[in-house]
Amino acid sequence: MQFFLEVLIGGLLSGVMYALVALGFVLIYKASGVFNFAQGAMVYLAALSVVGCMEKGAPLWLAILLAFVIMTLFGIATEKFVLRKLVNQPPIALFMATIGLAFFIEGLAPMLFGSEPRALDLGIVDEPIPAILDAWGIVISKFDLVAAGVAALLVTTLALFFQYTRIGRALRAVADDHQAALSIGIPLQHIWAIVWGIAGFVALVAGLMWGARNGVQFALTFTALKALPVLIIGGFTSVPGAIVGGLIIGASEKLAEIYLPPVMQSLFGGNFGGIEGWFPYVLALFFLLIRPEGLFGEKHIDRV
Amino acid sequence: MIYREAGQFKTSYAADQQLFPIRQDRIGVLIVLAVAFLAIPAVASEYWFSAILIPFLIFSLAALGLNILTGYAGQLSLGSAAFMAVGAYAAYNFQLRIEGIPILVSFACAGLTAAGVGILFGLPSLWIKGFYLAVATLAAQFFIVWCLTKFPWFSNHSSSGVISAQKIVIFGHEFASPREKYLLVLTLVAVMALAAKNMVRSSTGRAWMAVRDMDVAAEVIGIRLMPTKLLAFAVSSFYCGVAGALYAFCYLGSVEPDGFSLDMSFRILFMIIIGGAGSILGSFLGAAFILLLPIFLDIALPRMAGLLGLPFSNATVSHIQILLFGTLIMFFLIVEPHGLARLWQIGKEKLRLWPFPH
Repeated sequence: MQFFLEVLIGGLLSGVMYALVALGFVLIYKASGVFNFAQGAMVYLAALSVVGCMEKGAPLWLAILLAFVIMTLFGIATEKFVLRKLVNQPPIALFMATIGLAFFIEGLAPMLFGSEPRALDLGIVDEPIPAILDAWGIVISKFDLVAAGVAALLVTTLALFFQYTRIGRALRAVADDHQAALSIGIPLQHIWAIVWGIAGFVALVAGLMWGARNGVQFALTFTALKALPVLIIGGFTSVPGAIVGGLIIGASEKLAEIYLPPVMQSLFGGNFGGIEGWFPYVLALFFLLIRPEGLFGEKHIDRV
Repeated sequence: MIYREAGQFKTSYAADQQLFPIRQDRIGVLIVLAVAFLAIPAVASEYWFSAILIPFLIFSLAALGLNILTGYAGQLSLGSAAFMAVGAYAAYNFQLRIEGIPILVSFACAGLTAAGVGILFGLPSLWIKGFYLAVATLAAQFFIVWCLTKFPWFSNHSSSGVISAQKIVIFGHEFASPREKYLLVLTLVAVMALAAKNMVRSSTGRAWMAVRDMDVAAEVIGIRLMPTKLLAFAVSSFYCGVAGALYAFCYLGSVEPDGFSLDMSFRILFMIIIGGAGSILGSFLGAAFILLLPIFLDIALPRMAGLLGLPFSNATVSHIQILLFGTLIMFFLIVEPHGLARLWQIGKEKLRLWPFPH
């Protein structure tokens, strides 16, 4: 039971990390209807630019600030040079364009900041919290807890920003209906630039967390692949959905990784590690069977 | 002037319905086939066959398969490499486990196996579409590769799932040299490309395009969505499966599941974006472009670096390659969403009026 709890909590906390990446997807999808496949590459770019700036001698806070500037500029440039040209194209074309964007970043980022894997030290240690270990005998990493706290803070900030600021209201209006928003005088292109800037910021936070945890390396781009089933489960348009979906995926994949291989081994023989790689997708497929629009997604009505 | 249909009258239904209605097209196709079957085998070197021509044909076939699914039926798939893997492993197992089965029959069976798997993973397309479906096909990508690695039966208990393709023997003749393998691949690809060209103008193909353009409207005018979509998945996976079998048997000789990675799926997707979605010719143009670009860059970039005096390492060259791929994808989507095939079409229009344009 104790072991089960440990796996479960470990899974939930890593789910928070997935949710951080998924959040970036949701923001852009909500505001512009673009499914941004490049979010994972943006996480990579953000983490690399922090590390790159630190190598040039900048302190951590300055490096983060510089990375934020880079991500914002990059987001604005993306909007200006790619998405604005693709207005009125089918969503699939936009999706494929973001795949191209992902490759673009994956080529550009290592050329700017170097491709060798590096460590990113945020000053938080990845070790179990002694108090909890003594009291219940469960290992919970300090780092994971901080990551969860950061995610909670980020979601709260974003929720408040969306709910109470002028720009937030405009963002929600654009998300509801581009045309209507335009007709009441909301500058669509500014809003999109802002959204891409915010998505860059979310990517930066995710990049800091993931980079500190696993090192800054090319594998960071694969975080996007983990975030896709999270989105399917949570729904593409819902911020709470991204969090809940992340938790479900994180917990279930860790549990599957621990508990499924022995069962399969007794059935077929052989070694069945690495279930983590596909389990979230199959789980997402089953969710699609029951709720095609995700747990918190909006129901989509087709008109001819 | 050169390319004009004036004076070509159709006097029978058969003439009206032929695959290439314009005489210049017919001659052009015959010339291409003649060059491919007669001229190239006579002049090309071994390197050309095994490093450029065979992979080009195989990837054209895979791109053709994906084009049927994505370009014609409008169902985005990110799992084409996995279906190729199914084809490769199925062909290997048919050869291994059924005594004396002809190689072409096992290729066909490999295609059918891939088609079956394709239908299975195409089932979600009945209630989801767009990127939801793209994510569902990602499930196929990861799950199939994992299965092939972890279940030792598929690779006949070899370590880490590597298989070595058996010899190719047809009617007692062994296809061993790259030239013979090239001719075998070329024949299969030519037949399947013609079949695809025919298929997309049949009622099936028109139904696919109707579903692509708007599936609700297609349903309203009486196209049954389920069989149409599943057939698209089946045919597409069949093509990818045969391509996978050829990839293992005629190109690499021995393959492992991890070779059929997500990266390869993306490359096939790029082929149809750059070549032209919804075009048979586009699959070939795209495959040629995507395969030749890295080779060209490998040769050109170090020279350019030498001229400019920049230190280019191998890593930089591969980064530039990735960067260029990404840029090209965005460029084509923005400037010419119908790809190279569309450029060819524009060229034909121009040729029609040349040398006296309006």
